[in-house]
Amino acid sequence: MKLNQPKAGSLTELKELQRLMAATLFRPLNSDWGMQRKWTNGASMSEVAASFIKPNDRLTSFERLEIYNRQYWYRVIDCLYDDYPGLRAVLGEHRFLKLCRAYLERHPSQSYTLRNLGSRLEDFLRKEPAWSIPRQAEALDMARFEWAQIVAFDGPSRPPVTVDDLLDESPATLRLGIQPYITLLSVDYAVDRYLIAVRKREGNVLRGEASNAMEQVPRALKTRSRLRPPRPERVFLAIHRFDNQLYYKRLEPTAYRLLSGVQNGLTLEDACQTALGLDSTNTSAAQIQTWFRDWAELGWFCRPSTKIKS
Amino acid sequence: MPANSFNGETDYGIGIGLRVPHYQHILAQKPTVDWFEIISENFMVDGGRPLEILDQILEQYRVVQHGVAMYFGSADKLDREHLRRIKRLVKRTKTPWLSDHLCWGSVDGRYTHDLLPMPYTFASAKHTAEKIRAARDILEVPICVENVSSYAEYHVSEMTEWEFLTEVVELADCGILLDVNNIYVSSQNHHFDPIEYIDNVPHHRVGQIHIAGHSKFEKYILDTHDHPVLDPVWKLYERAVRQVGRTATLLEWDDSIPSFDEVHEEALKANKFLHRLEAQPA
Repeated sequence: MKLNQPKAGSLTELKELQRLMAATLFRPLNSDWGMQRKWTNGASMSEVAASFIKPNDRLTSFERLEIYNRQYWYRVIDCLYDDYPGLRAVLGEHRFLKLCRAYLERHPSQSYTLRNLGSRLEDFLRKEPAWSIPRQAEALDMARFEWAQIVAFDGPSRPPVTVDDLLDESPATLRLGIQPYITLLSVDYAVDRYLIAVRKREGNVLRGEASNAMEQVPRALKTRSRLRPPRPERVFLAIHRFDNQLYYKRLEPTAYRLLSGVQNGLTLEDACQTALGLDSTNTSAAQIQTWFRDWAELGWFCRPSTKIKS
Repeated sequence: MPANSFNGETDYGIGIGLRVPHYQHILAQKPTVDWFEIISENFMVDGGRPLEILDQILEQYRVVQHGVAMYFGSADKLDREHLRRIKRLVKRTKTPWLSDHLCWGSVDGRYTHDLLPMPYTFASAKHTAEKIRAARDILEVPICVENVSSYAEYHVSEMTEWEFLTEVVELADCGILLDVNNIYVSSQNHHFDPIEYIDNVPHHRVGQIHIAGHSKFEKYILDTHDHPVLDPVWKLYERAVRQVGRTATLLEWDDSIPSFDEVHEEALKANKFLHRLEAQPA
């Protein structure tokens, strides 16, 4: 097959050249962690590479392009590897790698920062259960939980509302916001305790910062023994930060419903009524006061982002 | 030429990259360091610990921003949201200049998160220079562009890498962050003379120099930033400072990061060459 040699003599041609190169990098590696031998149209990848990359006396065009193809995949997989240790433990290293490959092939990064690489993982796991069955439910809970930690780590905050700020406000009309870095989660598995066990086993891992190059083998290839899957348990969580340290706090079901009501824009009175209406534990007024005081001390409340008319 | 318009007329000495494993040591021990370089994108966040750390560092130290994702060479237009966030950070750090790479890394809004080599053509030089000018107009701070290490070359290239770098910086009227380790890595991968590179870039535009370690494989060299600086790179550094003069110098160490003291000690080896320079008659 005769291939046209891409040019870069104009902006349009530059873009075409960059599209071609990016397409070769985004293409998943083969089972030996090398570049695939055939291009998408069945052409020899050696010919495709030779059409725009020069060889030298030591490396063919294919081999030179393969360095970049590998680096791309090692980099993005390492990023997910660091950001999703719990999901990796739920699925096992091998299935996690397959999931990463499928996810990143469908959703290449659309952000200048790798921080956002997993932003569509929950949606992908929902739409394509094949990558996580028979542990789709556990995987989904864990992916949501781990993404919430990324948000809590460096998400935006607004000036907190203190208990004193609320003294003269009527619960019938008062609406509050929840800090945007906080995620309230209802999960069916004890993902919080599971992740603690995972971290204890692995130690905390920091993502590499700015190297142009990656290790020769992604860390995900290094196998280790598996933990038992997370225990089924309905858990309500607030993933938050305090003094810029990351925390996840278990909530009573009523507390979770109350905070969710506040987050959804209900007045304080309506949020309490809704939460207590479903309460089977006879939560006392004193208990609710204690919760609010604790949450306010943690800086969880802020003014709502948009004014909601009553 | 220690200070020039491309580094904000500053006379910074030898700095190191600010990296997470060193945070605790720096904040607790407050070591004497001329300046820190930060990866801009790591601090272009909305809140939380990264900004808290940065603010504490800024209370004690001079900080210069180094970006990895502006992608001046990408055919895509500049990302306005990205620039807005950089500018917000510029106001916070008061960086006297900022740098990013002479490369591309995204196309059609999809990111490779790599520093990919440019095709060295006049058309791509013109486009790249226009983007640098536009970014500088928005950010209102001098910009230095860094030569990247590369493992591939394009058939379509019309000039050498140093001719392309010169073409871009002259058209953009911007500075150069001369990475002597990258010059060495690319010279080995592409068989060119690194001295010819250093001798032929416009020296008056060099606002900063990078030094780093690399890894040698059987058929190529990778820019891994996980070793001390190797002798051939120090030789190039010496050559560069002889031509350019005493210039803000920064050691990059991004993987297998040793203790703060070890990294700082490695960076300070650059003093040997700077002192030699000062000892020479004018």
